[in-house]
Amino acid sequence: MNIIVCIKQVPAKDAPLSIAGNWIKESDIGFEMNEPDRYALEEALRLKEKHGGEVIVLSLGPERVKQTIKEALAKGADRAIHVADDRFADLDPLGAAKVLAAAMSKEKCDLVLTGLQSDDHGFGQTGVLLAALLNLPHATIIMQIEVENGKMKLKRELEAGWFQHIECPLPAVLSVQSGINKVRYATLKGIMAAKKKEINTVSREALGVSLEPTQRIERIYVPSKTKKTEFLTGTPKDMAAKLVEKLKFEARVI
Amino acid sequence: MKILVIVEQRLGKWNSTSFETLVAAAQIAAQTSGNIAAVVIGKGVAQLAEELAGKNVAEVLLVEHDLLENYTADGYCAALAQVVESATPDLVLFPHTYQVRDFAPKLAAILGKGMIGDCIGFRKEAEQLVFIRQMFQGKTAADVTFVGAAPWFASFQSGAFRADLLEAHAGGKAPVNPVKVELKPSDLRTKPLDLFKEAKASVDLTQAPLIVAIGRGIKAPENIAQAEAVAKALGGEIAASRPICDEGWLPMERQIGSSGQTVAPKLYLALGISGAIQHVVGMKGARTIVAVNKDQNAPIFEIADYGLVADIFEVMPALTEELQKNNG
Repeated sequence: MNIIVCIKQVPAKDAPLSIAGNWIKESDIGFEMNEPDRYALEEALRLKEKHGGEVIVLSLGPERVKQTIKEALAKGADRAIHVADDRFADLDPLGAAKVLAAAMSKEKCDLVLTGLQSDDHGFGQTGVLLAALLNLPHATIIMQIEVENGKMKLKRELEAGWFQHIECPLPAVLSVQSGINKVRYATLKGIMAAKKKEINTVSREALGVSLEPTQRIERIYVPSKTKKTEFLTGTPKDMAAKLVEKLKFEARVI
Repeated sequence: MKILVIVEQRLGKWNSTSFETLVAAAQIAAQTSGNIAAVVIGKGVAQLAEELAGKNVAEVLLVEHDLLENYTADGYCAALAQVVESATPDLVLFPHTYQVRDFAPKLAAILGKGMIGDCIGFRKEAEQLVFIRQMFQGKTAADVTFVGAAPWFASFQSGAFRADLLEAHAGGKAPVNPVKVELKPSDLRTKPLDLFKEAKASVDLTQAPLIVAIGRGIKAPENIAQAEAVAKALGGEIAASRPICDEGWLPMERQIGSSGQTVAPKLYLALGISGAIQHVVGMKGARTIVAVNKDQNAPIFEIADYGLVADIFEVMPALTEELQKNNG
């Protein structure tokens, strides 16, 4: 079973963000693999271990994205496609999905996996849009994948603690929920092996996808506070004592 | 501006975020001299359409078909594409539910359009609607506009508007107009099976008046005992943000957020929780919110009543001690 996993590189969780137009200043911060995509990659590797085939990682972004691609290869993906695009921040969800769909058009694959959403833009649309563009069935928020007789039995998460099983044919696109599995770390052997693995780089322009956004981020800003926060100061012991006072006599909740 | 609001029901029960979206639609309509049509989709949902007709909408479109009895993305997309094409709205709004995430971007794409999802507000600027959504896990907000011709598609986050502001219909009742849609079984490529809940929960956080919640800042499972000590001294329940439960450090039933429980306790003490949107929607209704976080820019402080910019590993033992002192 051949699987394409879409992975995104995003600013590191603790990176201090400074805003620049419709994106952020990239110079001083670190980047990492989008957390939900780690679960999608892990799920692809597990499916491959069970059913055979190949795992191809696909990532869109500037040169720095290669670092995250190498991490995925070190974990066990077989090869990678990097769509190089320095204007990635100007792509809207539909535009990004068009680029990814074009990049996978020459691949024969049975399953496309994405994480549920990205930790930067957070649109959460890529998987669903890929399904629309590739004319494939899809399902999202997946907590379990079982493949049998050329089709899948999936466990979908719904709201408020509900789940649903659904049956889905192959090929298909699935958006994987975080927590579906326990992600592995790359081994030293994996890191060495990754050096010999192929990363095929194509530009967005070469794929023939132009920037025709359906929506535009006009500006990004730090949201104004809606609540007045009283900050307690001092040593941890001072803060703890003040907090108990406040909770007892001001908020009256204890 | 003509606005379609796609409301959500499952097994004949409303998803209440639908009413918040109707309030958002009413506010947009008021500023654009527009009108609202609410769309009810399913099978055997005429009763729900009648109920909706009593609200402040110009009409209710009732979309029924045997193949719409259970939700499928394919069925909803095929049916709603026909509804949007015949109703020719300028704006199509959805509550940002799990179900909407599953089909709405595809519906928009089928019609060659994009969707601005998970909005927390809007404003009208000159002749343009500007939608506000969060980015970078709530650390920033963004103003987003549509490019190109209508129809435009957008969804509003749960809690972004107040459902209780939804007015009754001024003239008593809006007309309910059935819309016929063509669907065939082969359109539905996925097959929905059983709906279920996992093993019965041993704790009901929604009833807990005092909650101590931990996030990624707890770092390792062996540190949870320190947070549990705070909870014990407080007489409260321990809870967590999603990553903690994903790691298996606490059971899923203790997870607060869009995919877990929604709580509104008297006190919510957030320890090492950054305040990503998915978590905040589950606890922002708490009466008093206390946040302890090393990062003074963590979004959790935006909704906190009391903030402690500090290392939780220093605060937790100190707080346990102070609470015990208070207990006598």
